[in-house]
Amino acid sequence: MIMLENYFPVLVFVLVGIVFGCAPIVLGWLVGPRRPYAEKNSAYECGFEAFEDARMKFDVRYYLIAIIFILFDLEIAFLFPWASIFKEIVSSESMKMFGFIEMLVFLGILLLGFIFAWAKGALDWE
Amino acid sequence: MEAQFLQIVQMLQGFFGPVWPLVYTLLKIVGIILPLLLCVAYLTLAERKVIGAMQVRLGPNVVGPWGLLQPIADGLKLVFKEIIVPTQASKGIYFVGPALAFATALAAWAVVPFSEGWVLANVDAGVLYILAITSVGIYSIIIAGWASNSKYPFFAAMRSASQMVSYEIAMGFALVCVLMVSASLNLSDIVHVQGKGRFVDMGLGFLSWNWLPLLPMFLVFLISGIAETNRAPFDVVEGESEIVAGHMVEYSGMAFALFFLGEYSAMILVSVMTTIFFLGGWLSPVGFLPDSFVWLAAKTSFVLFLFLWFRATFPRYRYDQIMRLGWKIFVPLCMFWVLVVGIWMMSPLNIWK
Repeated sequence: MIMLENYFPVLVFVLVGIVFGCAPIVLGWLVGPRRPYAEKNSAYECGFEAFEDARMKFDVRYYLIAIIFILFDLEIAFLFPWASIFKEIVSSESMKMFGFIEMLVFLGILLLGFIFAWAKGALDWE
Repeated sequence: MEAQFLQIVQMLQGFFGPVWPLVYTLLKIVGIILPLLLCVAYLTLAERKVIGAMQVRLGPNVVGPWGLLQPIADGLKLVFKEIIVPTQASKGIYFVGPALAFATALAAWAVVPFSEGWVLANVDAGVLYILAITSVGIYSIIIAGWASNSKYPFFAAMRSASQMVSYEIAMGFALVCVLMVSASLNLSDIVHVQGKGRFVDMGLGFLSWNWLPLLPMFLVFLISGIAETNRAPFDVVEGESEIVAGHMVEYSGMAFALFFLGEYSAMILVSVMTTIFFLGGWLSPVGFLPDSFVWLAAKTSFVLFLFLWFRATFPRYRYDQIMRLGWKIFVPLCMFWVLVVGIWMMSPLNIWK
């Protein structure tokens, strides 16, 4: 049984956090000066004139890391429930080996994928 | 004293009627956020003082006695600065970045237990909530980098996104080991489990905390925490000599201040997490002293001091070295250690009964 009312303060805290995040900007906007001109509002590039759009092509490796991350983060999310009942698994004689070997298989598959990504050079940065 | 407090609470309860739970929650939240903001302010001063001392300088010492009013002066200065919005930036989401950076760094505090029973929301999924909220924090940097539409912020956004997600894997695996030995996702229960064992009975509680049996995971968690908050020596995101101030280049005034506050409250959060997961939270290190909030504060300050110490000691890592450390050393080590802890708990030598 999940006690949803336990999560009510969390929701309130998130909302208060958002208010605290926005309030300083509003304050700065009200109190600070506003004297814009073209040079001040141009993109900062160490004194050069910005010469092309900044939203340009980027290295594909960032993309690879992001994909591998999603896989691994999901695997960890799957490990959490197992980890939090592992004590119970260990204490029951009948489930002991089964619970452990199940997770060995799971980690083994994860490891295979990891070795594959490593061998393919997805984790290399020159 | 306590009776008076209860009387005041009852009076307020009568005054607010049905909205009292909301008002009481809000009061408690303010009671967490205001001291936290004070800690953030004085952490910036402590950082300058500590690094100053390590470099045989004085650090700030002009504003107020021993420079104690320096953070307030800095804050006031930032309030009265202009907030620049670059012409080429995406106007709407340009402000989402800093607001999100600070909001997420605050919101994670909802489930942190400060002492026995001193917790705003004693939820059973505390660990998951912390992980989820800190992941959302990564968006603030990506959004800031994209919305600025300038090259340095864009590079910083790519770098930080990759770096933070890489170390989140290592952090997650380290937490799996902690969960295996504590059998709960509730932060208070994780602390309670560390207060049991042979060493506690001998009056040497600090030897039964998770840091000793899970020593490699403690180090992985600590180092990942530093990388996760983009602190030195992993601060390539805002490496001054390479990409100026990274994702914050185009921000000024309070918009910049929000990133700054967010970074420091994230630092304090990671220190508290390290304390709760590995250093026994509010538990007393020795038998003859009582458990109290003071211990949590002292341990957190110690971890924060490590942050500052590392910054003053180590030169900045290169980006490929950071990624190699995260993926090729920490991830295999953590997977191996999950196995080790598993076998340990299966064996007769199991110390977590």
